[in-house]
Amino acid sequence: MSTHIGFDFTPPDVPGKVTGEIKYAEDYKREGMVFARLLTSPLPSGRVVGIDAREALRMDGVLGIFTADDLPPVAPPGNPALASEYVSFVGQPILAVAAVTEEIAESAIQKIRVDFERRPFVVDPLESLSPGGANAYPEGNTLVRTQEEGPEGTPISGAEIRDIKWPQSAIDALRAGKEPVGAEFTTEWTFGDLDAGFAEAAAIVEEPFVTIGYPHHSLESRTCMAYWENGKCYFHGSSQSQSANDNGLARMLDIDPANLVFINEATGGGFGSKIGPYPYMAISGNFAKRLNRPLQLRITREQEFYIGSARSGMQGWIRMGVKANGKVSAIDLVVVNDGGMTGAGSGNSSAQHVTVAYQPENMRFRGISIYTNTTPRGAQRGPGQNEMAAVLAPIADKAAKAIGMDRVAFRRINAIDSDGFQGGGQGPVTSAFVREALDQGMRTFGWEEKNALAKQNGSKVRGLGVGIGYHGAGGRGYDGLVRIGTDGKLYIHSGVGNLGTYSYAGTCRAAAEALQVPWERCEIVRGRTDKHLPHSSGQGGSNTIFTHTRTNWVAAQDAIAKLKEIAAQDLGGTPEDYSIGDERVFATAEPSRGLSYAQAAARAIELGGKFSGQEYPDDINPITQRAVQGLAGSGLIGVAKDNIPGEGQPPGILVGFCEIELDKDTGKLEILDYTAVADCGTVVHPKNFENAMRGGAVWGVGLAAFERHVYDPQNGLPANTGLYQSKPPTYLDVNVETKMGAVNIPDPQNPTGGRGIGEPTQGAAAAALASAISDALDGHVFNTAPTTTDMIINHLAGNDYSTKYLKTNTF
Amino acid sequence: MNDSVNLQLTRRRFIKGVIFSGAAATSGAGVYLAANAQSGNGGMERLITLTINGRTRRVDVPPTETLANTLRYRLNLTGTKIGCNRGECGACTVLIDGVPNYACSVLTHNVKTKQVTSIEGVKSEDGTLHAVQQAFIAENAPQCGFCTPGQVMSAVALLANNPRPTKAEAAQAMSGNLCRCGAYEHYLNGVLRASGQIA
Repeated sequence: MSTHIGFDFTPPDVPGKVTGEIKYAEDYKREGMVFARLLTSPLPSGRVVGIDAREALRMDGVLGIFTADDLPPVAPPGNPALASEYVSFVGQPILAVAAVTEEIAESAIQKIRVDFERRPFVVDPLESLSPGGANAYPEGNTLVRTQEEGPEGTPISGAEIRDIKWPQSAIDALRAGKEPVGAEFTTEWTFGDLDAGFAEAAAIVEEPFVTIGYPHHSLESRTCMAYWENGKCYFHGSSQSQSANDNGLARMLDIDPANLVFINEATGGGFGSKIGPYPYMAISGNFAKRLNRPLQLRITREQEFYIGSARSGMQGWIRMGVKANGKVSAIDLVVVNDGGMTGAGSGNSSAQHVTVAYQPENMRFRGISIYTNTTPRGAQRGPGQNEMAAVLAPIADKAAKAIGMDRVAFRRINAIDSDGFQGGGQGPVTSAFVREALDQGMRTFGWEEKNALAKQNGSKVRGLGVGIGYHGAGGRGYDGLVRIGTDGKLYIHSGVGNLGTYSYAGTCRAAAEALQVPWERCEIVRGRTDKHLPHSSGQGGSNTIFTHTRTNWVAAQDAIAKLKEIAAQDLGGTPEDYSIGDERVFATAEPSRGLSYAQAAARAIELGGKFSGQEYPDDINPITQRAVQGLAGSGLIGVAKDNIPGEGQPPGILVGFCEIELDKDTGKLEILDYTAVADCGTVVHPKNFENAMRGGAVWGVGLAAFERHVYDPQNGLPANTGLYQSKPPTYLDVNVETKMGAVNIPDPQNPTGGRGIGEPTQGAAAAALASAISDALDGHVFNTAPTTTDMIINHLAGNDYSTKYLKTNTF
Repeated sequence: MNDSVNLQLTRRRFIKGVIFSGAAATSGAGVYLAANAQSGNGGMERLITLTINGRTRRVDVPPTETLANTLRYRLNLTGTKIGCNRGECGACTVLIDGVPNYACSVLTHNVKTKQVTSIEGVKSEDGTLHAVQQAFIAENAPQCGFCTPGQVMSAVALLANNPRPTKAEAAQAMSGNLCRCGAYEHYLNGVLRASGQIA
């Protein structure tokens, strides 16, 4: 019977957040700390010809400048901390200036003269693919994987930037919503027999689509502060993750990971943009080392827009064939990704969403990611999957309508179950219960009842929508580490970052549950490397709940085994003769004969060896090895790698139902009802589950209706670097109470039953809202994410200006 | 006078103040640059007396420095967060004579005669948390927590003027506080809990 999993608790950092006492990276000071500021590019593309910093360096209080020459060279499409030979977007950092005050550093920036050479630039991938179109880099517009024959015939895999152009006929076809025949792609896969699948179809729907990338806008910009003492670097950084930063950041600083102390008590949002060490961390750490002073590099809101990463966009086309019984028989999908200056397209993940949401019998995917001279792109909450969910939902609705089927019934017939597959490789999943989620959601939302109501009310029209969100939600093979102290308390060492999801705390409950320790007798140890933290996954990809309930569970099992061994050794019998409970290990047949956890911990220290961390398993990661070495002799140590057997991807899946009222006179929409039901295994922490569901719904509204990059295509200048112009949803945009539920069927491959759900919460909401907008307008398919108010009002006015040509990154 | 009117007046006052002092506060960088350019000029007294969280503080402040910077970087009151530094997000919300204001958009010299309350001044002197803070904990309202101090300040001001707001009134009153995590509903439930409308 569960004691911790599935119950509410208050994560230990919540009080500090409401009192303002918890520290973020920018809140730390250090004696002698100096300040750095960035000079950024005013150009979308070019190279630095010369830097004249003489006047700045003569200023009182200026300590030095730091340029690309101070760091190892980074070749395109790498994202350098500081650019020189390849300046590839407006706002790209060129150099940093350090001074004794931030004011002086900023004044010094104004006195530095940088000479640039301009290069052609592009902000729209289809423009770059067009004959004669500009490329984001001089070498080309896309990354192509290469394979050469090495010594003794060994294949050497690589990648290089090439210039790929499509025939104008292919560009025109895609923009007109047709297959881009003759187009070249860099990624392709197929399963089944596509032609046979379409031949079986009773109806075929064919649509183009465009999704526009947008920034993460983490409210805490990625300010870092670093200092060096006795060869060690102490680094305060804003990151979603903790231990997952160790090796990469140490490489940036050219030190052994054992000499890095990464400190990250709290993080003001990341949403995928701070999973691992980001390039700009190299500036703070290395500049501090050169100056031999603590150094803080504070990033402004505008700079966070530039360097804080963004979701990739898509221009694409889909053909969906549906049999008379509703089964999707074939899907042909083309995605051109807008990869920004880093080329990080997520087309394959978009295709993966299609496979999970509709389990097509036959499918082909063709994709290419094109560099543009826009900000770096990277993972953003369900990258690929969620934007695909938003544009796919109305298209799926159109297919259902074509065969005269209810939209929920259509999704139910095609829903993934535990025997289903994900991705082009049709890999297995650990379990899936989407039909149950759809049934539960339908009932809670009142789908049938709402469908029976009148749609029109004066100038206002109601729309109902349904959507599915999906993301892979779990990893394997990381380490867990717990310690029972001589005070009898359970110390759960976590290398999980604190990105605001509280998964760091929820996953620790698995160890408390296994060892049957009351929560108030547990302490989570986290937040800085020198607290001896194990090797943990990065906090991205909705993985933490699955991944680290397992690691904490296996560490606790190791501790339990040691408790029983110690008891058997001291009290007689074999370990199998003992049980645990009430913070004791005791003889099962004679419960009064036993040791308290505190006594067992003291004995572990006396016994040494594996019991108190002087010895440890061979298969744990070096990061965990160092952590155990640091704890050795301080209690009973439970440490293990997650070797729990199993296969397949644990999926996080959510279904959403949305009711809106759309004013045909103004284009404004109001969300009347939103219901979401999760298929995420056992809910570990109900209160926090609600947080994820509600926050994801807000993000879904932003994706489907508000947020997008806007660039001036003539000059390559971003037009919405601020929060107001970018329009993340506010209190007044989402004034609806989210109704929610969970199937709550345990995942068989997790001892505590949980899978992640963070990312699909957005995809389902975005899909349900897009579906509802389409429903309100008699099934009109906008094929855009976002579908903004101006697009709606233009459509109602018979003007297709705002949605034609698959235009992206522009007005 | 209601909150929204006060907010507007405050932002207008700020803009007028900036124009008067010749600074361009369009970004964090602008404020710093202006502060440097103006420091020591104009014959304005830099050493001023502020009343922060009921305590009198003597602080050396350039005339163009914002209250957010003074609180964080001169008084080490880092609970006030700077999310945008240009009046867009509300993370830096403090109370000035009980009225919520964006501290990034208020010049410190303009609050010399005012009572300033930052997040550090919300709980009682004996450490008892304000009802809003207790309710936000009970609702597990913060996610990343970076906007939370500002949300607390807006909620405290709201309940001081309207002890039993409806959810819609609360949303309106707190709509100047952006939460990128999207925890709005949890904060609103926190407001209702703090006002005794839900238990």
